[in-house]
Amino acid sequence: MLMVAPLKRPLAGAVTAATRSTSAHLLLPASCRCFSVLNRPPPNYEGHVPLTKTERLGLALGSGFMSFINPRRGDLIAAFGEATAQPYFINRLRDRMLMHPTGRRILRERPRLTSTSLDIPRLRSLPKNTLGYAYVAWLDAEGVSPDTRAAVRYIDDEECAYVMQRYRECHDFYHALAGLPVFREGEVAVKAFEFMNTGLPMTGLAVFSALTLKKAEWERFWAIYGPWAFRNGARADDMINVYWEKELETDVEELRARLGIEKPPDLRAIRKLERERRRRRREKGAKEKAGSSS
Amino acid sequence: MNMQASKTLFRRQLLGGLKWRRTAREPYRCFSCSIRHEQEPSPSKFPQDTAGTTHFGYETVDEALKEHKVGAVFSSVASSYDTMNDLMSLGIHRLWKDYFVRNLNPGANPLTSSSDPEKGWNILDIAGGTGDIAFRMLDHASTINNDAHTKVTVADINPDMLAEGKKRALATPYARSPRLKFVEANAEKLDMIPDNSVDLYTVAFGVRNFTHKDVAIREAFRVLKPGGVFACMEFSKVNNPLFDAFYKRWSFGAIPLIGQLVAGDRDSYQYLVESIDRFPSQTEFRDMIQEAGFLVPGQGWEDLTGGIAAIHKGVKPIR
Repeated sequence: MLMVAPLKRPLAGAVTAATRSTSAHLLLPASCRCFSVLNRPPPNYEGHVPLTKTERLGLALGSGFMSFINPRRGDLIAAFGEATAQPYFINRLRDRMLMHPTGRRILRERPRLTSTSLDIPRLRSLPKNTLGYAYVAWLDAEGVSPDTRAAVRYIDDEECAYVMQRYRECHDFYHALAGLPVFREGEVAVKAFEFMNTGLPMTGLAVFSALTLKKAEWERFWAIYGPWAFRNGARADDMINVYWEKELETDVEELRARLGIEKPPDLRAIRKLERERRRRRREKGAKEKAGSSS
Repeated sequence: MNMQASKTLFRRQLLGGLKWRRTAREPYRCFSCSIRHEQEPSPSKFPQDTAGTTHFGYETVDEALKEHKVGAVFSSVASSYDTMNDLMSLGIHRLWKDYFVRNLNPGANPLTSSSDPEKGWNILDIAGGTGDIAFRMLDHASTINNDAHTKVTVADINPDMLAEGKKRALATPYARSPRLKFVEANAEKLDMIPDNSVDLYTVAFGVRNFTHKDVAIREAFRVLKPGGVFACMEFSKVNNPLFDAFYKRWSFGAIPLIGQLVAGDRDSYQYLVESIDRFPSQTEFRDMIQEAGFLVPGQGWEDLTGGIAAIHKGVKPIR
């Protein structure tokens, strides 16, 4: 005991001294400090806006409400995600990345997904069964580009801000893998999937916009896409840990099998079929009416 | 909380991030300037930090750049300008503008005035892009003073704001009449306006955006007729310290947030509230007006809503 004790104390003392000096030198995350809007701390990364608790609450409520009314306001949906992810949910997502070897690699290398980093023309030349080709085919079918994601501004921890940005940039890959389209019905299904997979509150709350769906869409969500999303999101591997840039030439089916995702029914095809059926019914009705009146 | 923070810092040190640009060491201008601004006593006049630079909100920028940056701000806010004004001032800006025009009483009543009834006033409204003040002036002259000849020239440096104003003019009876004209001009260089030609020069909530306020005031002096009136309504310093505390917190907290929610543009509204904060106080601005050669009536200004806005007036002396 006498021999161990003096050895232990200097070591423990040295470690705590090192910790104290490190934290003294580096900037503490803004969420740990109390400040007012009149003396915000310096930002932790470019574009960072440290928010007070009241501001964050206001942003969460305001952006949540307004993006529910007008889901086309992508910037508000992004702000809603950032305002509600702290402090627990985004940290948990980042920790899940740290626990996975590919996740750690992504955090170390910090890749960004833009149209320039992806080389879209090259992806079009890939074989039809690859992820890259499926992704570009989906982009073309939906008429969107990868550059439309807003920059993260309201997350205080710099690493968590990157995690949020990565999640946002990978959203299109989740769409492409599932084959779900960009209009409200498809987005709600993808958001439900993301909620079960990432745990971010914004994704879960976005599922409430399913309440604004039309009757047929609502029934389809309850019958097909909702159960698909909840089942697959919970069962699949963490999508945030997929290094998409390195998986572009993988076979899509093999990737789905590895991650544990089933492909849901083609929503566009179902809707087209429904439209055709409705149109034929209307024409038949009109013909019968014309026939009975003459 | 502190333990978690130090663990996070340790982890960050171990992993190290590459591409995410770190600006933690070098303070970002806007926010750190606000701390410095609070601590240092503000000088009597707002000097430029070094030769050739001026302030853009709390940032220090080259003079040539300020005009471009202000232009970008107003191009971005043009379409949602009115909604944002209503939300930021809780609708009070309408009362301010009504009072401003009523107080100036534009237009010469043909029955009571001694001047030529065919002439009317020649009013120049600077930075009046969306036409708020111009339409009020014309309405007041026409309906209250029965003056059908008073005309207003709306000048603005930003073509988007002018386009917005022209669009709104279509709903008024003045749209295609000679009584309303829109011209794109920089307040510091009004070459298209001849000397001694304007009866009333107004600028409402525009002066704080000028790169050189003194040059603009001297231009105003040049274009005004002797006896002409210079009237400026601008955000100013609140008198009451308790009210000021609430006002500042509303400005810096709520307004950029409303800008984000309604207009999708937090930065423009952050610039707006910073430029309001940097604007000279009532006495300083009155001194600037006097220095340009104007005679200043009475105290020189009138506070609105406790000093949130102030109306400054000056009269060009009749030599």
